[in-house]
Amino acid sequence: MNRLLDVWKWIDDRSGYSDYVLPLMKHIVPRDARWWYVFGSATLASFIVQVLTGICLAMAYVPGGDQAYESLKFITDQAFMGSVLRGMHYYGASAMVTLAVVHMVQVFLHASYKFPRELNWMSGVVVLFVVLGMAFTGQLLRWDANGVWSVTVAAEMAGRTPIIGPALSHFIMGGETVGGSTLSRFFAIHVFVLPGLIFAGVGLHLMLLFRHGVSEMPNRDEPVDPATYREEYEARLKKTGVPFWPDAAWRDAVFSTVVVGVILLCAVFLGPPSLDHPPDPSSIQANPMPDWYFWWYFAVLSMLPPGLETWVILGAPVLGFLVLFCVPLISNRGHRAPSARPWAVGIVIAGAAAFVALTIFGYREPWSPDFGVPPLPESVVGVDSGTVAEGAKLAHSKGCLYCHHIDGYGGHRGPELSYIGDELTADDIIIRINNGGYNMPAFAGNVTTAELSAIVAFLQTRKSKDVVTDTSG
Amino acid sequence: MNDTQGHECHGDEAHRRTFFAKITYALSAVIGAMMVIPGVGFVLAPVFRSPPRVWRKVGPVDNFKTGATVLVNYEDPSPVAWAGVTAKTGAWLRRVDDTEFIAFSINCRHLGCPVRWIEDARLFMCPCHGGVYYADGTVAGGPPPKPLDRLEVRVRDGHVEIETGPVPLTETKV
Repeated sequence: MNRLLDVWKWIDDRSGYSDYVLPLMKHIVPRDARWWYVFGSATLASFIVQVLTGICLAMAYVPGGDQAYESLKFITDQAFMGSVLRGMHYYGASAMVTLAVVHMVQVFLHASYKFPRELNWMSGVVVLFVVLGMAFTGQLLRWDANGVWSVTVAAEMAGRTPIIGPALSHFIMGGETVGGSTLSRFFAIHVFVLPGLIFAGVGLHLMLLFRHGVSEMPNRDEPVDPATYREEYEARLKKTGVPFWPDAAWRDAVFSTVVVGVILLCAVFLGPPSLDHPPDPSSIQANPMPDWYFWWYFAVLSMLPPGLETWVILGAPVLGFLVLFCVPLISNRGHRAPSARPWAVGIVIAGAAAFVALTIFGYREPWSPDFGVPPLPESVVGVDSGTVAEGAKLAHSKGCLYCHHIDGYGGHRGPELSYIGDELTADDIIIRINNGGYNMPAFAGNVTTAELSAIVAFLQTRKSKDVVTDTSG
Repeated sequence: MNDTQGHECHGDEAHRRTFFAKITYALSAVIGAMMVIPGVGFVLAPVFRSPPRVWRKVGPVDNFKTGATVLVNYEDPSPVAWAGVTAKTGAWLRRVDDTEFIAFSINCRHLGCPVRWIEDARLFMCPCHGGVYYADGTVAGGPPPKPLDRLEVRVRDGHVEIETGPVPLTETKV
C-alpha cells in the first residue's frame, strides 16, 4: 500500500496534479448554481460522444466518392455495433446543437455575459457556429443523394457572393462540379479543421470560466456595476461558495449521464438515419433536405421575395453571428434578473416560437411540388367515366396536383382547388390555366382544347356541395 | 538580482533582448510561411484551375426519338480515379428533328437542385422550392432568377455528344 502511495506521490509531484488540476476541480462556485448550470457540461459530454464515435466511424468510413456510400452501408448493416455507433454520432450531433443553444439561451436569460464575462459569451458564440458547421459538414458525409445535392445547394449559395462567389463555390466543391474531390474536402474539414477549432474554443471557454468564476444566479437587487462587481462577487463567494468538486459537479454528472443515456437509447431503438439513393449527381431522384436543426432556415429561404433572397442567404448567417457575438458589447452592466429584463425574455420567447413554427413549416415543405401524388380516386372525382373523369386524370398527368390540393390529394404550393367551382367561373378557370400567373406556368401551349375543356369540366364540379353529376359523357 | 537572469535590464542587454525577440518573431513568421504556403496552394488550387471542356458521348443518334426529352448522363470533365459514381453528371436532352438536339443542365438556377421533366405537362419542375421552367428552359414560375442552362450538343460519327461544363452558378453582379 505504501509502495502504491509512493508511486502516486511521485506522479503527483512530477505532473503537478495537486498543484494545478486539483485547484481547478475544487474552485469555489456559487452555492445557488444548481440545475440551471448543467447545460454547458452536457454540451461538452455530447462533444466527447461525437469525438469517440467519430474516431470509431472513421476506422471504417472511406472518404472517397466511389466507396463512401458502400462503407456507410457496411457500417450500418454489417459492422458489429456499427449501427449503434452511427446512431450515437447522429443523435449526439442533435444533442450537441440543442444543448449548445439551450446553454446559450440560459446564459442570455441570466445575463451571465455581462461584466466581466463578455469574452466567455463571445468564445461560446464562435464555438456554437463551429458546431453548426460540424452539423452541416457531417450531414454531407452521409454521402448519399441528399448529401451530394446538399453540397450543390451550398455551392450555389456561396456562388451568389458578390465578386468572389464562383471562387468560393469552386473551393467548396473542390472544382467546378461535385465529384471525387468534394467529399474528401468535407471529410478533412469535418474531422480535422472544425474539431480542432472546437477543442481550442472549448479550452479558451473553460480558461475564461476559471478566470472569472461561475456567475451567480441573477438577483434583482444586485445589478452588475463593473467598478465594484469583482470585489462583491469574491466577498459573496467567500461567504456562501462551495467547491465545484464534488458539491456542484454531481449535478453535471447526473445530467450528462441522462443526456448520453438518451443518445445511446435513441441509437439502439431508433437507429441511425436511413441512407438515401446512391450519391449519383446525374440522378434526379433527390429532394435535398437538411437535418432538422436547419429546417427553419430552409423554410425562410422558401418564403423570401426574389429581390431579397441573395442578401438573406449571404447576410443572415453573418448578421446572426455578429449580433450574437456583440451582445455583451451592447450591454455589459446593469440588471441580470429576467424579471428586470422583459425584452430579453420577449426575444427568447419570440425566437423560440419562430423556430418551432418555421421548423414545422420546413418539415412540411408546402412550397415543394408533390411528385408522388396518386391519381384522384373515384370517391373524390365522383364518377369513373366521361369528361369529368377524364379531366380528373388530366389534372394529375398535367401536373396540376403537384401544386394544387383537392380533397386531401396533391401539393400545397398553389391554392387549394377543392371548392374552385364555387369561386371561379369556367371562363375564369380557362384564363388562369392558359395564362398562368402568381407563380403558375401558362399552360396555353401545353394543353389541347379538348384537354382544357375536360379539366375545366372537372374543376367546375369541385364545389362545397357533394353532389356531382356528369351529363356530358 | 543578477541582470542577466532577472526581468530588468539596461543598455546593451536591453538591446540584445529586443533583438532576440524580433528575430524570434521573424523566424516564427518564416516557419509559419514555410508550413502554410504549400498547403494553401494545394487547397486553393481548384479555385484557379479550370478543367478543359471535353465532348462526351451520350448515345447513338438513333436512340433518341424526335420530340422526346430524356435524361442522359456522362462523366465530368476531369474525374479523379476515386470519384466512382460521383464522376457522373446529367443533362436533359431533346431531339428537335433529324439533326438538331438541345440539352439543358439538370441544375435548377435557384439553388442547383435537380429538375425533373414532366412529359405530359411539358414542364421542368424542381423538387426543392418549386421552380418551374417551360420546355425551352425559360422560367415559368417559382423563384429561379434565370432560365435553365443550355449545354452545347453536337453529332459526331452517329453519336450525340455533349460538351462538359461547370455547375451553372447564379452570380451576383455588383
